Amino acid sequence: MTSAAASIRARGWGWRHAGRSTWVVSGLDLAVEPGERVLLLGASGSGKSTLVHALAGVLGGDDDGERRGELLIDGRAPDAARGRVGLVLQDPDSQVVLARVGDDVAFGCENLGVPREEIWRRVRESLDAVGLDLPLWHPTSELSGGQKQRLALAGVLAMRPGLILLDEPTANLDPDGVIEVRDAVRRVVESTGATLVVIEHRVSVWRDLVDRVVVLEAGGGAVADGSVDEVLRREGAGLAASGVWVPGFEPAAPARATLAGSSRLLHTEDLSIARVASTVLHTGIELELASGRMLAVTGPNGSGKSTLGLTIAGLLPPAAGAVVVEGYPDQPVRWKSRDLVSRIGTVFQDPEHQFLTGRVSDELSIGPKALGMPGPEIARRSADLAERLRLDHLMHANPFTLSGGEKRRLSVAAVLATRPPILVLDEPTFGQDSRTWLELVGMLRDLLDDGTAALAITHDPEFVSALADDEFRLSVPEVVGG
Amino acid sequence: MKPVPFTVKGTIVTTTSISSTRSPLRLRAKWRVVDIVVASVVGVAIGLVYFAWDQVYVPATAPLEAALPGLQSITYGIWLVAGVLGALIVRKPGAAIFVEVLAATVEGLLGAKWGLLTLEGGFVQGLGAELVFLVFVYANWRVFVAVLAGAASGLGMAVNDLTLWYAGASQGFASAYAICAVVSGAVIAGLGSWLLVRALARTGALSRFASGRSAAAAN
Amino acid sequence: MSVMTPVAGRQAVYRLNPVAKVVASAIIGIALVISIDWVSAGVALAIEGVLFLWSGLSPRRFFLRTLAVWIAAPLAGFTILLYGRPSGAVHFQFLFMQVTDGSIELAIATVLRVLAIALPAVVLFVTIDPTDLADGLAQVAKLPARFVLGALAGLRLVSLFLEDWRSLELARRARGVGDSGRIRRLLGQSFALLVLSIRRGSKLATAMEARGFGAPGKRTWARESRLGRGDAALIALGVLVAAAAVSASVITGHWNVIGA
Repeated sequence: MTSAAASIRARGWGWRHAGRSTWVVSGLDLAVEPGERVLLLGASGSGKSTLVHALAGVLGGDDDGERRGELLIDGRAPDAARGRVGLVLQDPDSQVVLARVGDDVAFGCENLGVPREEIWRRVRESLDAVGLDLPLWHPTSELSGGQKQRLALAGVLAMRPGLILLDEPTANLDPDGVIEVRDAVRRVVESTGATLVVIEHRVSVWRDLVDRVVVLEAGGGAVADGSVDEVLRREGAGLAASGVWVPGFEPAAPARATLAGSSRLLHTEDLSIARVASTVLHTGIELELASGRMLAVTGPNGSGKSTLGLTIAGLLPPAAGAVVVEGYPDQPVRWKSRDLVSRIGTVFQDPEHQFLTGRVSDELSIGPKALGMPGPEIARRSADLAERLRLDHLMHANPFTLSGGEKRRLSVAAVLATRPPILVLDEPTFGQDSRTWLELVGMLRDLLDDGTAALAITHDPEFVSALADDEFRLSVPEVVGG
Repeated sequence: MKPVPFTVKGTIVTTTSISSTRSPLRLRAKWRVVDIVVASVVGVAIGLVYFAWDQVYVPATAPLEAALPGLQSITYGIWLVAGVLGALIVRKPGAAIFVEVLAATVEGLLGAKWGLLTLEGGFVQGLGAELVFLVFVYANWRVFVAVLAGAASGLGMAVNDLTLWYAGASQGFASAYAICAVVSGAVIAGLGSWLLVRALARTGALSRFASGRSAAAAN
Repeated sequence: MSVMTPVAGRQAVYRLNPVAKVVASAIIGIALVISIDWVSAGVALAIEGVLFLWSGLSPRRFFLRTLAVWIAAPLAGFTILLYGRPSGAVHFQFLFMQVTDGSIELAIATVLRVLAIALPAVVLFVTIDPTDLADGLAQVAKLPARFVLGALAGLRLVSLFLEDWRSLELARRARGVGDSGRIRRLLGQSFALLVLSIRRGSKLATAMEARGFGAPGKRTWARESRLGRGDAALIALGVLVAAAAVSASVITGHWNVIGA
């Protein structure tokens, strides 16, 4: 399963999206020889994704933007090199094309006009190569995130590309998924010898696999280029400051204050949780949340962490047992939505799920308004929160147009506006760059020091060691179906 | 499988910047992959809404029907949103028919009561909107064109329903049904879709479409 | 509820090409739409009633999936009973309502006609797998492959949309706006779903394009779709039902072309 590795040449290359005045990338000169493995780094907005999309020939035509200079793969324009280049993107859910595993891997081959018998031979080979041992008819909807990313890699591999492009392929995965995918990529590039270009803001994942690092700068070209050690030594501090996770330059978590006293705010009694009423995931859960303390809920994907969080937050009914909040006779799930918002705050994993309005300022005031607070008080709280979370220059922006880090900060700020004494956070640091991470950790530390009780669902070991006082580990339940 | 032979040619294919201010109609009419996929996704999402509406429309419209027979179709404009909305987003020939039929297909797959006939209804409704956009040679996407398209879609629905399901209805019923369908199409599907596209553009979700850029620029 | 994994089974009906199912149901539908009379609808319904034994559905599932039709048909009939074109003796009159000999006959015809057209359309649809339908539409019916496959890929996102919808609902409760204003909340949620789905669609388009989708050159098909003998038989059955219904109606003098 080999195919000649591809080369890349860029000379004065640049791209500007339609309707924008600034160039995302401009004046880029780059030469990548066949078989090289390149890690592409840079702050968000530095044009890494744009370059990788251009190499894959998917930036679009004149409708989509304007290009300058030249970008060649094996001496040809990328659109003419379809099939020579394979691309794996960040979001596992958005790149599965078909409903069955075999069909999905075959999709690229079909588009390239590969004969039918040859397609199925390649499908089986590619699934083997990425270590997906599943029947061809297996539904793609039942795969885990890591499996979906390996499926995408198999689909790319079946096209026999000379250049493999990975655009943050592990950013949405749990730690097991990251390793799963990284190892599959290693096997694939080692057996095919294909050229590899990977974008990732966590350097440590790919460090041992790549032999060269290129750093891009917004609106400019490559500002650093060389071996991994050399570039990290020279640029490591700068990259870390711009949000890249660089080994040796990890963000230093602020110290927690020692608490004078802590009181129990919430506890569970023989709690059973279920996402759908018919499928109980766990039984007999006993945990408690206390003021000024954070409980981290950890465990592999599919272990029901989110279900536990949503149940404690009063959003899903317990399958059995009870969630008891001190001072209230009813369980939270029976409360009115209006009461819930000032007692337990929930930050969802995907910030976009909780946006309700078309403006950042409205987003911040919606909770206080539901509580019937007076106008001046609402305005004061909103302004205060916006300033603390560096959202004040964005008050009139549409929440959906914010960057990933800004969306996360807004989703937290909107929940804090009603000052709930108990917080439930679902993967608050998921996929965030090191700067946003540090800001979130700092803010949560302040809240904990002020006596808030928190439950955080997380895969992030650094987050746990920075903030958590206790850990509650869930295992994958042994239920069939669900 | 043999490796695909690749030779670096002596001549370099340059892709210099092309900054044509206005692409010819032929070019603008060609569907890009993103046009096809996003149109499909919109069709699927609206198909879910149609299905949800299927579950509630009988009780919701029963009082109207009792007040004046035929009046129930004043709410049926909801079933016409997909075609107009799809066309306003991707701005390509055939979009209204494609998106409306697809929404109907999803509705049918989920178990809408008319099964395959939902598709036929979707086609006729989409056709109504499509013809209006065609009359304006796919170059005018203003609010009055959207309203006309919605009305035409409503007319298509009325003709279809009166032929298929109410073939024996009296003149009075048929006229009331048709007029309400047209009005409903114009307001809900026409004006409603136009407002929806404007709101969508503000979220940045339509950044790859001319509809998203022109609406965003208007703010 | 999963759109992408329809009812599966071993009976012959599951091996038929979806295109043949569409064609057969269309033939019956077109023939019955032309006229409104109880004979053509009744004859068609009687033959279909027998054919449904081979529909591949258990009686329970059959009635569950067609339940809506069984409710809708009498409702449509009732509307025509009250508001149908009047003729003959008047039995009842109130405001716009008028029950006459003519409207009674039209109402009976309407009930039978809705059942005869909609039942096969629903029953044949239940056993269609979307991937097979897309293969058939592109390879047998020769519809443009880019559109058929784009639509299929969009369809796969349905299960994600349903998950999104659930989260949107919970998030609204969590943010304090879950108590009242149901209509407004539903509209807001629909809008958010649309934003999320267009985003996802744009990303999916990029992923598909990167795998050569829409590239010039001839596409091959990993799964072959063609019409076999069984499919021909199904279409022939459709023609038979249509022909029997129309002939019976014409011969007995009940043929009543709509609008005439």
